[in-house]
Parts: sequence; structure tokens; C-alpha cells
Amino acid sequence: MLIIGEKLNSARKQVREMIENRDVKSIQDLAKKQVEGGAEMLDVNSSAASGDKEENMEWLVKTVQEAVDVPLCIDSPNAEEIEKGLEVYNWDKGKALINSITGEKEKIDRLLPAIVKYKCTVVALVMDERGIPDNSKTRFEIAEKLIKVLTDAGVPLKDIFIDPLVVPIGTGDKNGLITMETIRSVKEAHPEVKIVTGLSNISYGLPERKLINQVFMILTMSCGMDAVIIDSTDKRMMAIAKTAITLLGEDNFCVGYIQAYREGKLTFEK
Amino acid sequence: MVDLNNVSEALQRGDAEKVAELVKQALEENLLPKDILENGLIKGMEIIGVKFKKNEVYVPEVLIAARAMHTGMSILRPKLIETGVKNIGTIAIGTVKGDLHDIGKNLVKMMLEGAGFEVIDLGVDVTTDKFVEAVKEHKPNIIGMSALLTTTMVNMVEVIKALEAAGLRDKVKIMIGGAPITQNYADQIGADGYSPDAASAVDKAKTFIA
Repeated sequence: MLIIGEKLNSARKQVREMIENRDVKSIQDLAKKQVEGGAEMLDVNSSAASGDKEENMEWLVKTVQEAVDVPLCIDSPNAEEIEKGLEVYNWDKGKALINSITGEKEKIDRLLPAIVKYKCTVVALVMDERGIPDNSKTRFEIAEKLIKVLTDAGVPLKDIFIDPLVVPIGTGDKNGLITMETIRSVKEAHPEVKIVTGLSNISYGLPERKLINQVFMILTMSCGMDAVIIDSTDKRMMAIAKTAITLLGEDNFCVGYIQAYREGKLTFEK
Repeated sequence: MVDLNNVSEALQRGDAEKVAELVKQALEENLLPKDILENGLIKGMEIIGVKFKKNEVYVPEVLIAARAMHTGMSILRPKLIETGVKNIGTIAIGTVKGDLHDIGKNLVKMMLEGAGFEVIDLGVDVTTDKFVEAVKEHKPNIIGMSALLTTTMVNMVEVIKALEAAGLRDKVKIMIGGAPITQNYADQIGADGYSPDAASAVDKAKTFIA
């Protein structure tokens, strides 16, 4: 299970301001804090900050990589920003993950050369020109299409991360199930392909969002989730993730669980 | 005699069946369709809107109340038309080009319908042309635009420019909203109004039809 720290996202007002003000210290502190909390990769998104989009991404990637050694997930809806992020990325720190492409042809064509050139890993969202499908069958079909386009271009299956997408449970009773069914069907057809998603959209519009996010993380992990984009500074979330990893048979002799306990990572105030 | 407060309360609970039953009964008892609408359905939706703004009710509760509103309206609408009761105003809304987010737009739509507006829903990924066409065709009082992405909010400017070019800008008020939108941005692009949430959108829209 790969834990991706979600906090360096310009959709959050504080981060947006840190980027706009070129606040090196705050950005680097937030990066370090997430890694200390257990993040093995950090998501970086600068696209909501004002100013030159590509310069913002360049500054963010460089600033974060100066502070931490984990690889980055370069997150943007704009191809130009992703390309800039890859261009300035320090590849000694592990493969970058780009986030994301979708089933929209224009978007694939635009980013495919960069994916092949840098041999990076890539997140592919199961949506296309028609929007987000409201059923797992269509989401699976888009996943199949994306996997084919990527493998045809020479991207290995193991470098593909499918995002099954999460729509708020508050707007449709089956929205959690649709995500879980999509994960299962993709994993069944392509065990080597990885699954990643940001979970917190599930709880939009409901109270006690963290509780929903935590339970949904466990449910999706049991369906075959390989990576989650979460708040790794949230001790309870991380304790639950670690425990779930152990229970899912990915922790030999429970060594990771016991170690986390000894480090005080499993005890927290309620 | 049906107490219209009970209609409002059933609507707030999202009890569509009870709303339907009470609206039918009220009509049989010859209550004025306009009163049933204003003191039953709209009042209930208004209370839900205020509570939603204060985080006392949540998104699914708004959706279920809106469903009850729809059920009530489907019974009431023919009578409203018969008695010549009009909508308080017309608004055409949509999520701008390149943007597929619809939850916020739908909440605003429900709240506006709940307040007595006729809402023309243009959907998501709405092109500039489609907004302009909607103004020509439906002659709404207001155009509402939603964007959830910083990359798509810029398309709002295109719509405003196109309406100017078509000589329609002074025929409609323009309201905008969505996560990255601010009052500053609305002022900057020359929109007439901005609202941070669905309930405030109704208040703002009402100021434009007064």
C-alpha cells in the first residue's frame, strides 16, 4: 500500500497563498511533516494559485524536492503544468507519478509523449468526454480503453494507476459501491495494474467527514486499492491504514504493526 | 382543513408521499394554489435552505426535500397555470465549458425552484454559444454560471463577452459561483452577483427580479 500525502494542494487556501508568496519554509515544513507522518509520496498541485502556471509548478516541485526524498505525484488538470513539473523533476528521488490523464482523447494524445519519454508512472481517471459514468460497468470499459492506449504506447502495466473515481455518497446511495465494484473489476482483469484514488470526496456534504473517509478507506483497501491520497499527518487515519495493511496480509509477522505501536503511532487522543 | 405548516414540515422531512397527500387534500378543500405554493412548499424549502447554510442539515437532506418539492409541484402545477400564477422569475443555469461538476449547480437549481423560480438547466460543459442561445430563446431574468476548476472559471469571461457582442448583456443579470470563485473575481469579470452557497444564491437572485 502506497500512502500519498494530499496536503500540498493549491485547492487549500493556505497552500495557495504559500505558493503565491513563494513561502519556501512553510511549503518545506508541510512536506516534511507529511513524510514524518508516513507519506511515501507527496501530491503537489499548484494550479489554483494565481500567477504564471508553469512557474508555480516548477517552483513547487523544486522547493519540495529540496526538503524531502520521497517521489512526487505531479497533479494538475493542465498538460503544460505537468510537462513543466516533469522537466524540472529530480529523478534521483524515484519515479514521478503524473496525475492525471482521462479517457478524453485530446488529453491522452497531449500527455502520452511525456509519459513515454520520462518513463514515469501515470494516474488514469475512468471518465471521458461524457463525464463520470454513474455505473461501474462503463467505468471499467473506460479503464480497459485507457490501459490499452497506454500499453500500446509501451507503458508497462505496473506503471499504470487507475483511479476508479469517488462521487459523494450524499448525492447517491450507490456511489460508494460503484467505486468498489470498479476497483474489483479492474483488479480482476489486470492484477498488475494499480488502483489509486483520493477518498475524501466520498464524504462531501455530510457531517463527521473524517469518519466516513476512514471507513471508506478500509472498504476500498479490501477491494484491492493499492495507493491512497490521504492526510498522512492525521494520526488516526494513518493508524487505521497501518492496521488494515496488516490485516490484509501485507505485513510479515505483523512486524510493521508492532513497530508502529512501539513508535507510539497507534495511540492517540480520541 | 389542511394546515399548510404541515405541508412545509413534511417537505422538510423529505416525506414526498405526505406532501402529495396534503397538497391534494388542500386542493380539494379549495385552498388557493398560490397559498399552497407559498405557505407550504416554498416555505418548507426556504427553511431547509437556511438550515443548510447553517450546517444544520446536510446535502442528502436537501436532495430528499427537493424531491418532495417536485412531487408536490407536479400536483400543484396544473392548478397554478389554471389560476394564472406565474413564476417569480426565470433563470438559466449551467456549469461552464470544460467543467463537468454538477452537484453545486444542482443544489442551486433546487433552491431556486424551491423559491418559485423557473429554472432552465443547461447542464454541464455548457458552451458559450449555448448560454447565448438560452438568453435568446428563453429570455431569462438571470444567467447563472458555475465552475469548480480554476482552469474553467475563465470561460465565464467568454460568456460575458459573447453576450456583450450579441447585444444581450443588458437584458440579463449574471450570477456566478463555485469553489474557486470569489466576490473579487465576480467584480473583475463584470458579473452582477456572486454567492458562496446555494441559499445565498436564492437571496441574490431575488434582488435581481425585484
